[in-house]
Amino acid sequence: MFTINHLSFSYNKRNGDLFHDFSLELNAGNVYGLLGKNGAGKSTLIYLMTGLLAPQAGEVLMDSENVRHRLPKTMSDIFLVPEEFDMPRLTLKKYVSVNAPFYPRFSMEDMERYLEIFEMGGMMDVKLHALSMGQRKKVFMAFAFATNTRALIMDEPTNGLDIPSKSQFRKLVTTGMSDDKLMLISTHQVRDISDILDHVVIIDQSHVLLNTGMADVTSRIAFRPLREGDQPIFVLQSPFGPLGAVPARDGEETKVDLEMLFNATLQNPAAINQLFTTSK
Amino acid sequence: MNFKDNKAIYLQIADRIGDQILSGSLTPDGKVPSVRELAAEIEVNANTVARTYDHLQQNGIIYTKRGLGYFVSPDAEEKIVASRREQLMRGEMDYFLGQLKAVGITPTELQQLYSDYLAK
Repeated sequence: MFTINHLSFSYNKRNGDLFHDFSLELNAGNVYGLLGKNGAGKSTLIYLMTGLLAPQAGEVLMDSENVRHRLPKTMSDIFLVPEEFDMPRLTLKKYVSVNAPFYPRFSMEDMERYLEIFEMGGMMDVKLHALSMGQRKKVFMAFAFATNTRALIMDEPTNGLDIPSKSQFRKLVTTGMSDDKLMLISTHQVRDISDILDHVVIIDQSHVLLNTGMADVTSRIAFRPLREGDQPIFVLQSPFGPLGAVPARDGEETKVDLEMLFNATLQNPAAINQLFTTSK
Repeated sequence: MNFKDNKAIYLQIADRIGDQILSGSLTPDGKVPSVRELAAEIEVNANTVARTYDHLQQNGIIYTKRGLGYFVSPDAEEKIVASRREQLMRGEMDYFLGQLKAVGITPTELQQLYSDYLAK
């Protein structure tokens, strides 16, 4: 669905390029986790993908249309949930009636269902500015999912959500996802989203350090206490002995530890790259 | 759904479905929730659940009727019991027996414990 071709971008020429010759392909039917350290360029990439920033070179295509042209047919099929946003002084009902017409596949029924998931049903007459920060985020996300755009891009969606709503957010994703849609979740809160991802993309400025399916991770790397004969890619000392990310042996399959995968990828990109490029 | 760390999630979901078959909440030839339904319920990626269903199908625990979804195999219960028995004997039992040995529990004591447990 998205093709990012040889993208270069800098906010300020003197500081050099944040992205240089950056390419990536993202396909429908996947929930992507976009991971990277602070300053790795996750948010910038999101703004480039949604046509809010213009690259100095290269392009981002959505279904072969350049997103920077901001064509109505492109814009009506992408929804961005930024990390921070303002809500106008309107009731939720009014907000929906003003904004929904931009999204041809918006469904009021879905909106109500998603509000229900967030335990915010029956709030259509509430004034948005009277809501708490977390509640606003939930209302905005319920609207985002209800637009049924094929691309839904979220920057730190679980920030500011209380403990129960993190699980509700996962329910929203697993309920709202379908084969023709693409969701991209940029986050540092890897524990919140690990189980709902199809695919993980780890970036570090110009480099895509890892771009792989979760099933592929499961079959190639085991996350567990170290055993004799292991050749770990990453080791974590724990009070109960060393844990690590090790090349999976004898068909073993463990639960993916995204945090360890992330640390392993940053610490030892060459080993990770080799592990994922050799055929199985 | 809470997952343990030591086993791939798709296998943990398969175990849970196995539990439901053994407890009778899923019955032979009864319908299994669709991939999307179960994914939403347990807040797990749909492709992970699809993998669980593939795995269960390969093992003859569930079968598919074209266009209608997945159903519990008539002999699912025996198959689950057989595979769990094997798993227990190979893995957990070994650890358990090691623990018994470490604290010096004799075969006679063990036999008594198990008899008492069964009598409860």
